[in-house]
Amino acid sequence: MTPVALILLIPAIAAALLAAIPGTRLAARVNVLAAGATFLAALALLTGPRPAPGALFLVDDLNIVFIVLNTLVGFTAASFSASYIGHEVAAGRLTPVTLRFYHAMYQVMMFGMNAALLTDNIGLMWVSVELATLSTVLMVGLYRTPEALEAAWKYFILGSVGIALALFGTILVYMAAQPVLGEGTPAMVWSNLLPHAAAFDPGLLNLAFIFLLLGYGTKVGLAPLHAWLPDAHAEGPTPISAVLSGLLLNVALYAVLRFKMLMAANPATLPPGPLMAAMGLASLLFAGLMLYRRRDIKRLFAYSSIEHMGIITFAFGMGGGLANFAGLLHMAMHSLTKSAIFFSVGHVTQARGSQRIADIRGLSVSHPRLAVALALGVLAIAGLPPFGVFLSEFLLVTSTFARAPALALVLAAGLLLAFGALILRLTGILFGDPPPETAPVRASTLPIWLHMGLVLAAGIHLPAEIVAWFQAAARLLG
Amino acid sequence: MATLPIDIAHLLAGGLVLMSFLMIYQDRLSALLDVFTAHAVVLAASVAWQAHLQGDTFHLYLTALIALAFKGAVIPMALARIVRRLGIHREVETVVGTVPTMLAGIGLAALSIVLMMRLTAGADPLAREDLAFALTVVLLGLLMMVTRRNAVSQVVGFMSLENGLILAAAGARGMPLVVEIAVAFSILIAFIVIGVFLFRIRERFDTVDLAALDEVRGDRA
Repeated sequence: MTPVALILLIPAIAAALLAAIPGTRLAARVNVLAAGATFLAALALLTGPRPAPGALFLVDDLNIVFIVLNTLVGFTAASFSASYIGHEVAAGRLTPVTLRFYHAMYQVMMFGMNAALLTDNIGLMWVSVELATLSTVLMVGLYRTPEALEAAWKYFILGSVGIALALFGTILVYMAAQPVLGEGTPAMVWSNLLPHAAAFDPGLLNLAFIFLLLGYGTKVGLAPLHAWLPDAHAEGPTPISAVLSGLLLNVALYAVLRFKMLMAANPATLPPGPLMAAMGLASLLFAGLMLYRRRDIKRLFAYSSIEHMGIITFAFGMGGGLANFAGLLHMAMHSLTKSAIFFSVGHVTQARGSQRIADIRGLSVSHPRLAVALALGVLAIAGLPPFGVFLSEFLLVTSTFARAPALALVLAAGLLLAFGALILRLTGILFGDPPPETAPVRASTLPIWLHMGLVLAAGIHLPAEIVAWFQAAARLLG
Repeated sequence: MATLPIDIAHLLAGGLVLMSFLMIYQDRLSALLDVFTAHAVVLAASVAWQAHLQGDTFHLYLTALIALAFKGAVIPMALARIVRRLGIHREVETVVGTVPTMLAGIGLAALSIVLMMRLTAGADPLAREDLAFALTVVLLGLLMMVTRRNAVSQVVGFMSLENGLILAAAGARGMPLVVEIAVAFSILIAFIVIGVFLFRIRERFDTVDLAALDEVRGDRA
């Protein structure tokens, strides 16, 4: 069996199994095992020979980065979820029936994301993104509190509108390709579209890209289409906040990138870069400002995700070898750091029984280990050296200064704005007098240290193999 | 009369746009659902006519049939049941008045026709005008979702938007089967999800008015 088949089959089979397993603890273990096996299959795909691009699957330097990252964080988030869920059951917030549903949906979501990353067919890509969206909608509404239902409803409506616009864009791409490539499947296969893109009708492609950028951009959480994101992060179970921020946003961005490559291959179209760079900068500035007024810890980090997706989109919008490299690196670092932060936040909110920042103060006194884990994560995401996020932001700012100094000033201002807000909130969380009623945290913090270790290692020394790998992907992006 | 088949296609697609406009000014949920049923029937006719024009396209006939069965019958009936059970058949709460909404709708229709005609000068004439109509239906569906507060009418707005997408997909010659089935499927899934949500919302509140949900937003402490 090929690694590609395994990456898709394991989550699919696990989803069916998990829907049938009644025991909570066993289900959590199966979930971790399945996610771990999928990660191993992704590693096999990375090191082994790659299948030739076909009508269904495509594996190249670009999507392999996304797949490895996706399955890794999927695995660590499943391990975190196992300890998190145990506490939720003990606290009576979730019943075994909802948990069965939750675990099955977790694997459906992994299947949807992996399929979206692996497929070569732009129609199937759309279907997979929609599947991943629907499964996360259901998980966001898991607690069935009024807030969770509102968040899920808003996510569902905005996500559907986004996904509908993306489908319209996909149809337009097909219509642009159909006169050149003929009717039927060949005109929907991405690896087939790219070499012929120069012959497509530029007007149709332009329009298609606008729809695709707005549609998938909604899912990336780019301002002004981000309204669903903070609520969905805040009201769902914390493992889902971690995978939403760490993975689903990346998958949507990956879809945008594929279409950007198509646009770039046709010289007569609008350049897609400036559009993306503008949306990215707008998201960065907007989220930077919004960070100051957050009172809810999960909403705080959700806005920080909007900020970082803005930075990444800006990097890919600028294009060129260095900026693309910085964008890819930043994406990987953000996924690892942000999911680690959400793991810490999950333990913290369970210990304090509240998501309000005011209720979390004094963490360094009551939970020193957790406080260190959270502080390292926040310092890393704020862009302080020696973490990997600093490296990617530094590369991006310097490469932008060389090409567009005015934009680089705006970028740097946005980064500083967000930095200030995060540090301000962090001091509020760490110091002060803890409220008397706090529970000890017994859960394992291993996934957090693993992620932070990777981010730190990348910041100190990026191995030559990884540099070469990311450079190859950056070259593909043009 | 070589242009007659194309004229009929345009007539049907234009009919869909007309139905979208009719939906915008309905002020009762039960009437809205009736118009939506008509919307789905016109869509099915339009897709079937496309199938006839393109020839040898079994999957388009199938798409038409799915549209007719699901959106012309099953879904409106289920929604009507929900509306009856909740006793909200008279309530369509709008955010913006009918007249400004209609004016905005006319503006959107003009925009999409101008945009499509200008951008797609090189494309197949049948496809491009269909596409202009489809874009209009999509935009009107969006407009309806934005201007309605009631969850049921937002759902109807979303489904009319999806109808526009199917019209566009049917107009694209030979678009592979995979996609159309997927579209139908996603609508089905979407509907199930929405149904679940409606009932879950019902469990917690006495109304499906989304304004009631806005009051419980978490971050406004």
